[in-house]
Amino acid sequence: MVTIMGKNIYLDNAAATRLDERVLESMKKYFFEVYAVATSEFGYSLGIEAREALEEARGFIANYLGADFGEIVFTSGSTESSNMAIKGIAMGLKEKKGKHIIVSKIEDFPVLNSAKSLEKQGFEVTYLDVDQYGLIDFDQLEKSIRKDTILVSIQHANQEIGTIQDIAKIANICKTKSVLFHTDATHTFTRVPIDVKKIPVDLVTLSAHTIHGPKETGALLIRKNTPLSKWMDGGFQEFNKRAGLENIPGAVGFAKAIELVTPEETKKIEQMRDHLIKRVLSEIPDTTLNGDREKRIPQNANITFHYVEGESITLHLDMRGFSVSTGSACFSKSLEASHVIMGIGGDHERAHGSVRFTFGRYNTIDDVDLIVNNIAEVVTELRKISPLGKNQ
Amino acid sequence: MKFPYSEKVLEHFRHPHNVGKLENPDGKATEGSPACGDMVSVYIKVNPETKIIEDIKFESYGCASNIATGSIITDMAKGKTLEEAKKITWQQAADALGGLPTIKAHCSVLAVEGLRAAIQNYEEKHGIIVEKVPTTIEIVNNRLKKVMNPLTGLDVVRKNLIKKIEINNGKVLLTIDLPSNHQFANSIREEIKEKIETLWDVKEVIIEFID
Repeated sequence: MVTIMGKNIYLDNAAATRLDERVLESMKKYFFEVYAVATSEFGYSLGIEAREALEEARGFIANYLGADFGEIVFTSGSTESSNMAIKGIAMGLKEKKGKHIIVSKIEDFPVLNSAKSLEKQGFEVTYLDVDQYGLIDFDQLEKSIRKDTILVSIQHANQEIGTIQDIAKIANICKTKSVLFHTDATHTFTRVPIDVKKIPVDLVTLSAHTIHGPKETGALLIRKNTPLSKWMDGGFQEFNKRAGLENIPGAVGFAKAIELVTPEETKKIEQMRDHLIKRVLSEIPDTTLNGDREKRIPQNANITFHYVEGESITLHLDMRGFSVSTGSACFSKSLEASHVIMGIGGDHERAHGSVRFTFGRYNTIDDVDLIVNNIAEVVTELRKISPLGKNQ
Repeated sequence: MKFPYSEKVLEHFRHPHNVGKLENPDGKATEGSPACGDMVSVYIKVNPETKIIEDIKFESYGCASNIATGSIITDMAKGKTLEEAKKITWQQAADALGGLPTIKAHCSVLAVEGLRAAIQNYEEKHGIIVEKVPTTIEIVNNRLKKVMNPLTGLDVVRKNLIKKIEINNGKVLLTIDLPSNHQFANSIREEIKEKIETLWDVKEVIIEFID
């Protein structure tokens, strides 16, 4: 089957992004020339060169965040980073301080399911509510912190609806109450500034896959003296915090990907988002924007098209050459409606017709016009056959 | 391009047959609800002498497999007698569509149920009706045969996933042989509730997992 336009417009950049050629170029040397393991300074020259490349990438990322060199640990991506942070703190503090953890209801699965898995092992978890825009309540957070609370994990921005939490405020509440704070910055990193010199956050999950870097490459920022227990056993790599062969091409590519993001590009992406939201809400009836209009990452728009189902929309769009995703249960691997849309007080109906559009470097404002025109047609067609809404 | 469905499913999805409403239908039914996800309405026009379905239409608030199944099953039912149409199964509809992913069984089975419910609605209205009998374990068991495990595409009864059924004063208690963190635990629970709660004398459905 050939799409109507003959080309594909990809608007699912929160799931994965196209690798930037310049990132690939920066990585090549570490596949074909300097492919040795990162040895100590007393090792052979190829290994020393590999170690230098790794440390240079680490230094670049640390500097970018306002962190110290020794505070960045490379991982296999956000899933590992968040598992490492939550389970590492749980194991590190369960004897010394307690077994209570606080997360928000709308965290991404690595955080949410790590918390659930700890619950099965006898930990207690408080799931903070969010308001209709996806924002947590600071009073509820403060009241939820107990003597035995060992960790608060609240995302910087949401993966589906793009709502940005005030992590500076959350970090300060945690600091005052002497509780460690982890934030998943997968969907904000490089697009929304985060300066850990100013924000007292203890652990930050980072990933390269959302910024046109290599997949399965990420990092965890771990503040000095954070009582994190090592859970990936093996050698003494990554300051003895994470065993395993270092992914040197990945680390180099990650640093390059960060370097390539510019404020001008982010601005351009934000304009695409605004253009899409404005056109859809004003031209297509019975649509609702999910998430906060202002406290929103520049690359995300999430809209419910009432009376129609999301997988039907995405499949029609796919046949027309557009890639987007939906929070509909029919689309999910567990056949459950998006826990994020449900978490913001939405019902199955709101999740059922929700579509997420996420922009990246390779999108243009013309793409936005094309997809809005097509989605208007698709939604009109689907509403004709729906038993709900005005379909006469 | 690669799609998760057969060419036949895509064809019916893009251009569904028999779409819309019938004015003054002889029988009609809506299965599912916006609250639980997919929804299908089926309308039938029946010849009072021959009991043949002369016209049939459907509406769908559902995903691709739901729309495609609604399309094919209304094609299949048209021209058949009520008795013949009642016997059309999900499997026959799926085969006619060149196969459906097992994970989509739930969404597509709804269209088949919509057809059966529209026929039942006709029978109720025309006095060919079964009396209201109290819910028994057998009735619950029969309903559970329509609940599929999305991983295998087989129903929960056939897969021996039902460990226990208890009925007490309108309260139905079920124990499912799956851990509560099973990938489809919530989906199966919702689907069972949907099927059992609609029985006329059932007030509450309680579902327990083995952990």
